[in-house]
Amino acid sequence: MLCGVLALQGDWAAHAAVLRSLEVEFAYVRTARELDEVDALILPGGESTAMLRLMEEEGLAARLADRVRGGLPVLATCAGVILLAGNIHPPQPSLGLLDIDVERNAYGRQVHSRVAAVELVDELGATDEIEGVFIRAPKITRTGADVIVFGRLDADPVLIRQGGIIAATFHPELTDDHRIHRLLVGEGAGHGR
Amino acid sequence: MGNGEDRFRVKVGLAEMLKGGVILDVTTAEQAKIAEDAGAAAVMALERVPADIRVQGGVARMAAIEKIVEIQECVSIPVMAKIRIGHIVEAQMLQALEVDFIDESEVLTPADEENHVYKHDFTVPFVCGCRNIGEALRRIGEGAAMIRTKGEAGSGDIVEAVRHLRAVNRGIKTLTILDDHELMAEAKQLEAPFDLVRWVAQNDRLPVPNFAAGGIATPADAGLCMTLGAEAVFVGSGVFKSEDPPQRARAIVEAVTHWQDPARLVEISRGLREPMSGLEASKLTSEEMLSRRGW
Repeated sequence: MLCGVLALQGDWAAHAAVLRSLEVEFAYVRTARELDEVDALILPGGESTAMLRLMEEEGLAARLADRVRGGLPVLATCAGVILLAGNIHPPQPSLGLLDIDVERNAYGRQVHSRVAAVELVDELGATDEIEGVFIRAPKITRTGADVIVFGRLDADPVLIRQGGIIAATFHPELTDDHRIHRLLVGEGAGHGR
Repeated sequence: MGNGEDRFRVKVGLAEMLKGGVILDVTTAEQAKIAEDAGAAAVMALERVPADIRVQGGVARMAAIEKIVEIQECVSIPVMAKIRIGHIVEAQMLQALEVDFIDESEVLTPADEENHVYKHDFTVPFVCGCRNIGEALRRIGEGAAMIRTKGEAGSGDIVEAVRHLRAVNRGIKTLTILDDHELMAEAKQLEAPFDLVRWVAQNDRLPVPNFAAGGIATPADAGLCMTLGAEAVFVGSGVFKSEDPPQRARAIVEAVTHWQDPARLVEISRGLREPMSGLEASKLTSEEMLSRRGW
């Protein structure tokens, strides 16, 4: 199982450090050719407008959309969620692979960034918590019928899943709790060619 | 907002998000939009770019409020702004304005020649310049969530940025080969907080992200900074004092992503219009060197 980490801009090194500690083989993805090699992919935090610009330059956007539609497991964090969202406010282009609406910087500017407990609900209804590092986080304002919400902050969905895509509006890569990354690794192993 | 430790984590967290990116100096909303469209990870709002501060002289201060607000309103990426070294009140005002990052910068005329701002008191994160490991650790000790090597702002000459990046790297390497008994003496010599000296010795890196600034004018310059271990770059006059700012901004953004691929850098640099003209840093007098401000 080779896990890709999109390394155009953002905190891709923090994701790589998590994969290293989980002893998962990984590769940085900067071109369409590198994308073809991986069995799972992480879209890191960073600035979505910068990443989008660099993806278009590479022809990566179209290839990524193809692969995700083909079932490639993905973990998207923060800006990564914006890249995949169906609708974004204020409007900006995206891949439209997740049936959600997202509002950028909805919790405010950096002075409102914070660490908060995210409430997790599993498919059996058991509850648990995970530490959420929210940095200029986007807010998910609508989830489509195929979207499962399994983490909330107050009433807002912050950790969701749709098919093979896991999306967090916070940064599990900036904590020592690697449960979300393990989930992706499990999916990737199942998907491995 | 949780405890102090969590507060510092989210400050450093934003610095993490800016890695692999370009932070562009802008003086108008129009320039900010150009920067965002080019793929900049953030913009730095200021009154005049460093090259103009050099030519025009006078006291350089925090940018006008209307200007900062106008820039905040027109882009979705983080907006940073500069304060004069030690100007506590400019910092408080920028925090009240909710800028995303404050640069306590040697490019502006210092307000305090002895003291920098105590940055742990603030919710907004700070970035500060440094020339070597000791200076970096003093600023981190005061609460800086990001360090940038100073370089020589507004010169278009990369030589000082290289000198400072190399000095920081050498300082980190040196600490890693010292044993515990030697670290206090080294801390004394570096004039740096002992706990941070020890942390670097144990972890072989700075405790916060380290970016490069000062003199970056070409995609190759940006690539050189990344090669020397910078995790992102600040570009001041290098873009908006060049012949074609949108084109150059895009090229430098791409170079910071693809710096390990020389063939790609060739492609990125082909057909670029003229860079900023520049001043040779070694011809500047000690008075003219902005990097000598702060300690």
